[in-house]
Amino acid sequence: MAPVLAVEDLTVTLTQPGGPVPVLERLSFSVEAGRTIALVGESGCGKSMTALAIMGLMPEGFARTDGRIRLAGEDIAAAQPSRLRALRGSALSMIFQEPMTALNPVYTVGDQIAEALRLHQRLERRAALERALAMLRAVQIPAAERRLHAYPHQLSGGMRQRVMIAMALACRPKLLIADEPTTALDVTVQAQVFDLLKALQDEMGTAIVLITHDLGAVADIADTVAVLYAGRCIEQGNTRSVMRAPQHPYTRGLMGCTPHLRLGASADAGTGPLREIPGLVPPLGRRPAICAFADRCGRADATCLDNPQPPLSEAGPSRAVACWHPEAHTA
Amino acid sequence: MTMNAASAPTGADLLQVNDLKVHFPVPGGGRVHAVDGVSFVVRRGASFGIVGESGSGKSTTAQGIMRLVPATAGQVVLGGADILGLRGPRLRQARRHIQMVFQDPFASLDPRRCAGDLVAEPLRLLEGLSRRQAAARLDALFAAVGLSSEARSLFPHQFSGGQRQRLCIARALATKPDIIVCDEAVSALDVAIQAQILNLLAKLQAERGLAYIFISHDLGVVQHLCDEVAVMYLGRIVEQAPTRTFFSFPRHPYSWSLISAAVPAGPARDALKARYLVRGEPPSPIDPPAGCRFAGRCPFAVERCRAEDPALLATGPGHYVACHRVGEIEAPDFDRAQAA
Repeated sequence: MAPVLAVEDLTVTLTQPGGPVPVLERLSFSVEAGRTIALVGESGCGKSMTALAIMGLMPEGFARTDGRIRLAGEDIAAAQPSRLRALRGSALSMIFQEPMTALNPVYTVGDQIAEALRLHQRLERRAALERALAMLRAVQIPAAERRLHAYPHQLSGGMRQRVMIAMALACRPKLLIADEPTTALDVTVQAQVFDLLKALQDEMGTAIVLITHDLGAVADIADTVAVLYAGRCIEQGNTRSVMRAPQHPYTRGLMGCTPHLRLGASADAGTGPLREIPGLVPPLGRRPAICAFADRCGRADATCLDNPQPPLSEAGPSRAVACWHPEAHTA
Repeated sequence: MTMNAASAPTGADLLQVNDLKVHFPVPGGGRVHAVDGVSFVVRRGASFGIVGESGSGKSTTAQGIMRLVPATAGQVVLGGADILGLRGPRLRQARRHIQMVFQDPFASLDPRRCAGDLVAEPLRLLEGLSRRQAAARLDALFAAVGLSSEARSLFPHQFSGGQRQRLCIARALATKPDIIVCDEAVSALDVAIQAQILNLLAKLQAERGLAYIFISHDLGVVQHLCDEVAVMYLGRIVEQAPTRTFFSFPRHPYSWSLISAAVPAGPARDALKARYLVRGEPPSPIDPPAGCRFAGRCPFAVERCRAEDPALLATGPGHYVACHRVGEIEAPDFDRAQAA
């Protein structure tokens, strides 16, 4: 099956008075219809910039300098602004972390959902509102008729995120980008929002790019995972396989530094200190020519310090890793 | 019921919260019962975790204890005095012993003042030290939280998120408090940085015999750091237990729901979720209904639950549950979920 989204060697550069600064470096990944890929990594690794590059919404100064972004075969990175406007909200849509700032406070939620339908599908106001109502029901908002005429501030955080999902999916997009969609929500509401996204994805065949720092969410919803570090993909593969046997020390570090819930009889087992990843992600403009993780890595040796960035290389069935000393796992 | 003796915190009582209530009037009538009769004890050198959804009153409890919002009723006893009744110099004296770290380290640091000034401020205000005397204590404070002494002259925007939280912790430590209230102190941080800060908090506790009230929505973090856990729902504690007991034998249906939502993905979780994860969101805390506040979302509620408010009763050593149906309902098989 041809992928819905194929990002190939995407390189994004920030133009600054001191010269160009690399932001994303030769990033490649793809996702098929009805599938979900998760992009994970710390702040400053390039997750959100990747989303904005796909949407054609990069801030001023940032530009694609190499690579392609194909949406159903069409290179949208090279598309005209008018073409991008036609795609955004119809074939391509996005939900954001903080639904309160992403919704317009002076329009009813019904009007905001209807807007995309009127614009892209040329529906009349009444027909668009009817579809908006159907979407509110699809995202399981109770008393949907009444909520159609509500303003964002009248809804709870979980309900606002459901409205965002209704807006994003109203035109049945081929691709949905979800940037930390549940970070601002309570755990019980989080679980409901993920269940809802999965159900709608199954029904519509939407491909999803999930951006998150929450590895629990990744295990929950993503088929494949790409771990980003300092603007590069450093590990990629089937979610279960990567989570079970991470090969890059950074992936392993990310998994080790979250406290895992111990329940029932295992709640008695004590734990020592959490495994830390020391230090910080190198800031823009200060990335080294060698492996960018080397200064935080317990496995770094002369090979890592004397060689350029390790390339992303095949590492087992549908796995890839960018490390001079990937961790070996015996099955 | 079995209980590991080592799981019970052993220090003497340090802070006692008695029947704390924080109500806010609502324009147009009614009252928000944000905190509605919360009592607990924090022992010297121990960590007391409070978990619950937004609106459960966990942050307002912290703010009530710190006197950042006025309490409607109740007592907060620290060092023999009810700090809710203190004023002037005696209140400032008490504040040296209880400090707070907030969720957003950027919002809680004045952007126009350098790190050294920010950390010295409580020393000058609460201990009456001169600028020079305060400065003499800064090196040790910066070192304790893992910041270099050169960082003293930097401004908050020149720090990363994790370093800013270290700065907030240094400021909280300045007056050598007995207890620090941490309100979602690691929630805004990246996981790698979160681990660094959690390890720092544990280290400081071991070195200085600090107690924490640790408010978080993340059960894994609370289990890692805390000796005791309280679950809040709509302004009330619905379950409280030593951490090991809580994660071995949680007894309140709301606790089951929170835990089910946090279990790692897999078939066992799907089964737990189907039976125990509650749907919807908490009802409004404005004039909450009679009966158990959780009854409207509880899959196990019976008529009695809607009529009668359950009291928080002991069901085992240090274990308290507010549920009419305790022991009547089959508890989730968390052993199976863990094995998966």
